[in-house]
Amino acid sequence: MVLRELTALELGAAIKKGEVSVKEAAQAALDSLSAQDKALNAFITVTGEQALDRAEKLQDGAKDAQSPLYGVPMAIKDNICTRGVKTSCASKILGDFAPPYDATVAGKLANAGAVSLGKLNMDEFAMGSTSETSFYGPVKNPWALDRVPGGSSGGAAAAVAAGIGWYAIGSDTGGSIRQPASYCGVTGMKPTYGTVSRYGLIAYASSLDQIGPLGRDAADCAAILDVLQGRDPKDGTSLDGQYGTLLNGLTGDVRGLKIGLPVDCYGDGLDEEVKAAVLAVADVLKARGAEVVELPFPVMEYVVPAYYIIAAAEASSNLSRFDGVKYGWRAQEYEGLHDLYCKTRTQGFGSEVKQRILLGTFALSSGYYDAYYRKALQVKAVIKDAFDKAFQQCGLLLTPVAPTTAPKLGESLCDPLQMYLSDVYTVPVNLAGLPGLSMPCGFDSKGLPIGAQLIGPHFGEGTLLNAAHGFQSDTGYHKRRPGENVRRDAHRASLQKGGEPA
Amino acid sequence: MNINTEMVDYIAELSRLELQTGEKQAMTAQLEQIIAYMDVLSKLDTKDVEPMSHVFPVKNVLREDEVEPSQDRAELLAGAPVPNGEAFLVPKAVD
Repeated sequence: MVLRELTALELGAAIKKGEVSVKEAAQAALDSLSAQDKALNAFITVTGEQALDRAEKLQDGAKDAQSPLYGVPMAIKDNICTRGVKTSCASKILGDFAPPYDATVAGKLANAGAVSLGKLNMDEFAMGSTSETSFYGPVKNPWALDRVPGGSSGGAAAAVAAGIGWYAIGSDTGGSIRQPASYCGVTGMKPTYGTVSRYGLIAYASSLDQIGPLGRDAADCAAILDVLQGRDPKDGTSLDGQYGTLLNGLTGDVRGLKIGLPVDCYGDGLDEEVKAAVLAVADVLKARGAEVVELPFPVMEYVVPAYYIIAAAEASSNLSRFDGVKYGWRAQEYEGLHDLYCKTRTQGFGSEVKQRILLGTFALSSGYYDAYYRKALQVKAVIKDAFDKAFQQCGLLLTPVAPTTAPKLGESLCDPLQMYLSDVYTVPVNLAGLPGLSMPCGFDSKGLPIGAQLIGPHFGEGTLLNAAHGFQSDTGYHKRRPGENVRRDAHRASLQKGGEPA
Repeated sequence: MNINTEMVDYIAELSRLELQTGEKQAMTAQLEQIIAYMDVLSKLDTKDVEPMSHVFPVKNVLREDEVEPSQDRAELLAGAPVPNGEAFLVPKAVD
């Protein structure tokens, strides 16, 4: 059995049956990590010894495990607090901060028998779409090391794609799970706002942030979400609901499901190869008995500006807590309290974070509040209304995740506006608090993964996962791994030369 | 919308950030470009639209008024740059 070819659920089943020990699984993941992470830089902190110790302790309970993910190695984005383990948000300003408590999701995963390999690299404070703004250096895309993995959960997507651990926990404020999942060829989901506790998630934009899974397929994501979801008294925005039934609800049956294609999402700026691959998803689901309807979605022009104003405004407020007093790093030389704040923040934050704090402070400042922040909140209501209308006509929406496949390292940072625009298909989902799923649906001519996004109404996770599961039952894109296409190319080249396959 | 360096100075002061001269000019140009792009929102008529801060109408989330143990003080202070065993230390703020 080649462990890295298994899904998280398959590995969990093998552990339960005693075919694989928890320690063997953890060791395999750590071997994969040490072989690949020098090149990928997906991890900020590796907790190898703790993982092996924990694996040993978990072994006795494997036979009677309740959770299908018991004993499965995974990793957590570095903006989610883990007790006693450095949590940096990929920022200098948090230094070696080791939280005195676990985020609610970290506690839930521990109870479900997860074995954490460590903490994953990301854009600083989750601000970025490429995982290049990290204080700890950029993450590389396992499909092409000169390309970005997407962001901000770039370490999470790269690790899962490279087979370092079987799943990862990320966060998504404007696409930060779905877009890296798309660039790295894995399945990722941002659940309905309020269904997963944000307690212990270091806040970027609180009205938009949501924690979710990145995994190898829709079934893995369903199992992970069954662990994560639930109301938490420690998060005042968390909601009551029917949780824990997603995995059991997967049938792949989409007969009668109406799939909406928002025509405004398939216009200018969308790469032709991406467009074709995403539209082909509709054909696969149609063949399974779904119905496809085109519908208007006339608000796309406004989603990115509204999103960036709201996100930056909330960030400027949330990040005021980083002042060199209560946790993390403090500047060395300062004169008085005010100077301590200024020097610590000026030297501790990177340039993208400073820019968003300034933008947010501007949007909230006297004289501009009505024209920018209040206006953005009104536009948010208009966007939510557009989704409500769309869901009167269909059960889910199918769109691209991003206009292109993964760009080269360094390309996006020179033009921030261009980087913001690449989030156009994912940000409206956060503004409306909806669930969104990203799944691999093809490869472009460069061999890079293409992602399709499914968007559902509030609490529509089951519908999205079921449609994705149906699609993945009929296709094999989610099973492709980086490195395979290199071998395939070599094979093709050798055939063209008339040689024997390598 | 015209963004100049005086305005950036003011916003930076509110944000407790100091920008060096070169950085300030670059930031001013980028903010100007970004904010110009944000102005597209003014095209949309929202006269009768209520601003929406949260998509779910969850309000006044309260819990029972029961005393619960909080975090351990020593553990919290352990993460601070300069603690003294019972407090966070900062430079003298009031004369």
